[in-house]
Amino acid sequence: MRVDALKPSRDTLTADRNRKLLRSITYHVFIGVVGFVMLYPILWLVGSSFKGPDEIWTNTAALIPQTFYFENYANGWAGYGGVSFATFFKNSIIYAGLGTIIQVTASAVVAFGFARVQFTGKSFWFAVMMLTLMLPIQVQIIPQYIVFSRLGWLNTFLPLLLPRFGGSAFFIFMIIQFIRGIPIELDEAAQIDGCGKVGIFFRIILPQLQPAVITAAIFAFYWTWDDFLAPLIYLNNPNLYTVSVALRSFADPAAATDWGAIFAMASLSLVPVFVVFVAFQRYLVEGIATTGLHGS
Amino acid sequence: MRMMSRISRFLRHNAVAYMFLTPWLLGFFVLTLYPMIYSLLLSFTDYDFTMPGSTQWIGLGNYMKMFGSVFGVSEFTASTGELMRVDPYYLKSLSVTFTYVFVSVPLKLVFALAVAMLLNQKLRWVPFYRAVYYIPTLLGGSVAIAVLWRKLFEKDGLVNGFLGAIGFTDLPGWITNPNYALRTLVLLTVWQFGSSMIIFLAGLKQIPQEFYEAANVDGANKVQQFFAITIPLLSPVIMFNLIMQMIGAFQAFTQAYIIGGGRGGVLNSTLFYTLHLYIQGWTYHEMGYASAMAWVLLLIIGVLTAIVFRSSKWWVSYGVGE
Repeated sequence: MRVDALKPSRDTLTADRNRKLLRSITYHVFIGVVGFVMLYPILWLVGSSFKGPDEIWTNTAALIPQTFYFENYANGWAGYGGVSFATFFKNSIIYAGLGTIIQVTASAVVAFGFARVQFTGKSFWFAVMMLTLMLPIQVQIIPQYIVFSRLGWLNTFLPLLLPRFGGSAFFIFMIIQFIRGIPIELDEAAQIDGCGKVGIFFRIILPQLQPAVITAAIFAFYWTWDDFLAPLIYLNNPNLYTVSVALRSFADPAAATDWGAIFAMASLSLVPVFVVFVAFQRYLVEGIATTGLHGS
Repeated sequence: MRMMSRISRFLRHNAVAYMFLTPWLLGFFVLTLYPMIYSLLLSFTDYDFTMPGSTQWIGLGNYMKMFGSVFGVSEFTASTGELMRVDPYYLKSLSVTFTYVFVSVPLKLVFALAVAMLLNQKLRWVPFYRAVYYIPTLLGGSVAIAVLWRKLFEKDGLVNGFLGAIGFTDLPGWITNPNYALRTLVLLTVWQFGSSMIIFLAGLKQIPQEFYEAANVDGANKVQQFFAITIPLLSPVIMFNLIMQMIGAFQAFTQAYIIGGGRGGVLNSTLFYTLHLYIQGWTYHEMGYASAMAWVLLLIIGVLTAIVFRSSKWWVSYGVGE
């Protein structure tokens, strides 16, 4: 009986539970509504890409069209100036695909050098590399442009892809942080077994590097896919346009009329990045978090 | 001979390491260091991409062209004897960029931290919400979203449709009105607070829960706890986010290019520094002048980053609770 007396009454228990429930509902509704408002523009873009010409500016606010008008996609895909979006997507896939592979591979190799090999001048070169993170691309891109144009490389993918063989300071740093988390004892054991640094890299580190490499690859892919300045400068032939540069011309305010088609191609241009995000979300979030935290 | 043996010893000890570093070192020397020296030299010339043959050394002419109006000069004689005009839009581009950086970066960080604190709970739904709030960051850097933004904020766009429906009248065309155009770009940037949010979220998870419990026992309220525990323990992460976002914001280009239609917008109200540099270098082929602009941008970013680092000893705390 005395024990019962110490227990809170049933009334306060219910009241407490009700208050918790109310707080929980408020929380989820608030987060949900704000999230919906944030996503609204993107949902609207996709919704409008399915609206017919009679509906797009009359049934404006709706996210779901009254009738789905798929012709927008056919009309948009036809492109402009005789070049279709098939070409633009092909170019973007070449640039983002090859660019990502080259950049991430190079970054992994360099990161191993920094993380696991002792050498004279290591801290100096590491500091230099970190400083390059701060460099605005504008101080390099003008001479690069001049040199590449003298080599006759304008309107080729060479100026876009070649610099990526040097890796990227950001990814090198990210992968270094990851390698530091791999037990050094593994290297030592391999060394005792007669493995050189090259062997250690390929047999010990590389197989464990998968999460870091995937994270770097996702970022490399979506930054390259969205890259605008370099393709804008180097590619002046519509047959070589990437999707981002093509969209710019396609939606030129002076000429644009068929907004259904523009929205359709704009939506389509977001699909690869979105698919990669959904497939590899876990890696992405962990990648951002660890790079940011170790950096501090 | 001693020199030779030293070199060979250095090579023997370091060959493997430098082999791994080769891609980056090559990239650094060929694509970073050499272009940097090249562009520094170009910045003292009147290099025109279409007539490289007639390039002349003009000393500080390009820098005078940028900052001449500060001294009330609109024309001056370069060291070559040629009359040069001060760039009438340079200071405008500088002020547009500074406004953009100093408004958008703090706002973005405030939103990122607020949402991170809301999402810092052990709930099954949090990863989903985190993904939802990250999507604008994921897609926002694209040309597609910039094109969409321009459409949303035009005079008869969706935004004004909503505002009209809830009773607002006399709504401006946000993109075409020089008073508001930059704000639409700030909004577009703040909307993309996802990366900072995720970094804050990871930082918040590292703060030991006991600190808050102890503060509760001492009778500290939530606001006091925020300023006494959360902010100090999060300060290294705040600094990291601040520096990364600031460096990024100074280099923002794509969104301004699209929203201004390849130019600086109405009355140059969205003439970002990088956009002005692009126009000078690639539309007018004035690559000597554009190089000088690039070096000033580098200096600005360098100085501001150094200031943040230097100031960190006043507001960033390390090792508390470790």
